[in-house]
Amino acid sequence: MGKFLTRLCVSILSFISIVAAFNIAANEFEVSGKVAIEQRYFPEIGQNNEQLSHRQSSVALEAEFFWGWNNGSDTLTFKPFYRFDEQDDERTHGDIRELSYIHASDDWEFRAGIRREFWGVTEFQHLVDVINQTDGVEDFDGEDKLGQLMVNFSIVKEWGIVDVFLLPGFRHREFTGQAGRLRAAFLVDDTNISYQSSAEQQHLDFALRWSHTLGDFDIGSYWFHGTNRDPYLTPTINTLVQGSEQFVLQQHYSQMDQFGVDVQATLADWLWKFEAIYRTDEFDDYWAMQGGFEYSFIGVFDSNADLGILLEYGWDSRGEGNIAATVQNDLFFGGRIAFNDMQSSEVLFGIGADLDHNAFSVLVEANRRFGENFKVNFDVRLFQSTDEKDALTTIKDDDHMQLSVEWYF
Amino acid sequence: MNTTASKIGFNSAIAGALLAIASSNTLADSGPSTATQQRGLEISITAKQRDIGWVDSTSDMLMTLRNKQGQESTRAIKIKSLELLDDGDKSLTIFNKPRDVKGTAFLSFSHPVGNDDQWLYLPALKRVKRISSRNKSGPFMGSEFAFEDLSSFEIEKYSYNFIGEEKLNNMETYMIEQFPVDENSGYTRRIVWLDKVEYRVQKIDFYDRKNALLKTLTYQDYKQYLNKFWRADHAQMINHQSGKSTELHWKNYAFETGLKDTDFNRNTLKRVR
Repeated sequence: MGKFLTRLCVSILSFISIVAAFNIAANEFEVSGKVAIEQRYFPEIGQNNEQLSHRQSSVALEAEFFWGWNNGSDTLTFKPFYRFDEQDDERTHGDIRELSYIHASDDWEFRAGIRREFWGVTEFQHLVDVINQTDGVEDFDGEDKLGQLMVNFSIVKEWGIVDVFLLPGFRHREFTGQAGRLRAAFLVDDTNISYQSSAEQQHLDFALRWSHTLGDFDIGSYWFHGTNRDPYLTPTINTLVQGSEQFVLQQHYSQMDQFGVDVQATLADWLWKFEAIYRTDEFDDYWAMQGGFEYSFIGVFDSNADLGILLEYGWDSRGEGNIAATVQNDLFFGGRIAFNDMQSSEVLFGIGADLDHNAFSVLVEANRRFGENFKVNFDVRLFQSTDEKDALTTIKDDDHMQLSVEWYF
Repeated sequence: MNTTASKIGFNSAIAGALLAIASSNTLADSGPSTATQQRGLEISITAKQRDIGWVDSTSDMLMTLRNKQGQESTRAIKIKSLELLDDGDKSLTIFNKPRDVKGTAFLSFSHPVGNDDQWLYLPALKRVKRISSRNKSGPFMGSEFAFEDLSSFEIEKYSYNFIGEEKLNNMETYMIEQFPVDENSGYTRRIVWLDKVEYRVQKIDFYDRKNALLKTLTYQDYKQYLNKFWRADHAQMINHQSGKSTELHWKNYAFETGLKDTDFNRNTLKRVR
């Protein structure tokens, strides 16, 4: 503990001195961020008795330090994140979401460091988004990502934007711990991880992407070669656990090639969205797609509110028999009401249904600003599954409500 | 200079076409006459021409929202615009306050006719989203300004009618009625007061879809930049139906800052501050 504190103090001191040094060189400096208190409530107890019973409390901090010089042509961004979870040790975690330098010229940019890169157009599944590893403990919806070390060169031309990525330093996925809810029946082992590549997590991954706007169409296409961000999970006996043998899921990461396409057509009030990937690795090669539309009604119910209706369909060539293909024949429906009031109140709901068997999930998210710097989010998530083959089966008793209060600075 | 001339020529050509449509309409009803339409159009073209040639500009805008009970909320926004003479302008809008939307940025390629191209950058998700620009009548960030109130004035967006002259704040003004061409507009018409000396907008009355007076916008404290272009430091929009109001304060106006076409794309949208 003492050692940890000393190290922490040294880190903080060296960080402060770096900040001070940069502030002298940079003509622009900004600090911002948020602190969030979150409370989850699970009405039912979990399927495993080691899991927390009803309440889960946590606190998260995300800050952003920004330096800019040469009239904004050179920038440095540092974005640390930390969450302390009272019950789940694994969910207590920190990450450098961003620590990157960008140099921008007229028609090219050079970006280096730890960054996040998002690709895609659909809302219910992010098939083509492949650069960053999912932060699997932050939330179960896969929207949160870990920072990825990269060198990225981006060129802007008349015929589109070309991005070249070199990605050293693979990061494995973090999974919910023993006490946590929203996890598989078996724990995922985060010590004994195997890789197809002998370079393991040192494998240098590569991606090339082209994106362009042609009138009403926004198009993107890419090729990725490197470590698959999705692990293969195999049940094995963990002999490291003292006294007894225990089944755990072992993570294995293959090398893959992935080709992806994303298209959005913005036609008046309609947004038509389509994403598709072709992935090939040592065990499998398959196609998957997600497509649908979003339609907006402006000024509904004789008010300032807007209503957006979303419908998407997901398909995977591996089919129902493959446990990894969670969205193989699934339909999604959602709505978004933006009240357009002073507090930017918003309500979102979504329903996902598996058309092959009885499994569906419902989510409702509502948020509103209070005063100038506070935001309150209230989420409800419900899961139903009677089919052993469906991924939702293991979390069918994990319906929950979540309230978070965020303070922005 | 050639392109400036061609833009004015283009506007005049459009004006002729608009006038032709308008005059064929007047045969049916006893509304505006061809002469008053012509006059309204000419005054509006003069106002537009006087504001051509600013090349590019940047400014900071502070928006104060006030409801009936007097509760306030503020938005701080930075705007970068590039003037295009053969098309609508390009602009980047960067949100700084409220804090929860800090870093959110909006890229717009406006077009005098047809829908604008618009993209929104959401920093929490690192996501650039192309959005529908059909939402003209919706409120901008919960304020009393609709999106269409904040877009640049283009001759092609309205048909015109001169309705008279009036003394407003000790200034002689022209009163022009403007009828939106776009069917998605939230208004049947606007009445614009332009001062006779500099053709600056002093006041606008907005009439809703039922033709009832909805809002009044007034501009104060005009300053001249580059010896030519007038910009107000302050504006106020009052909603007569809801009792809410929104005040705007502009600061740090700068022109010919060296912004280029390459400063307005999806890459710059992701890092602009």
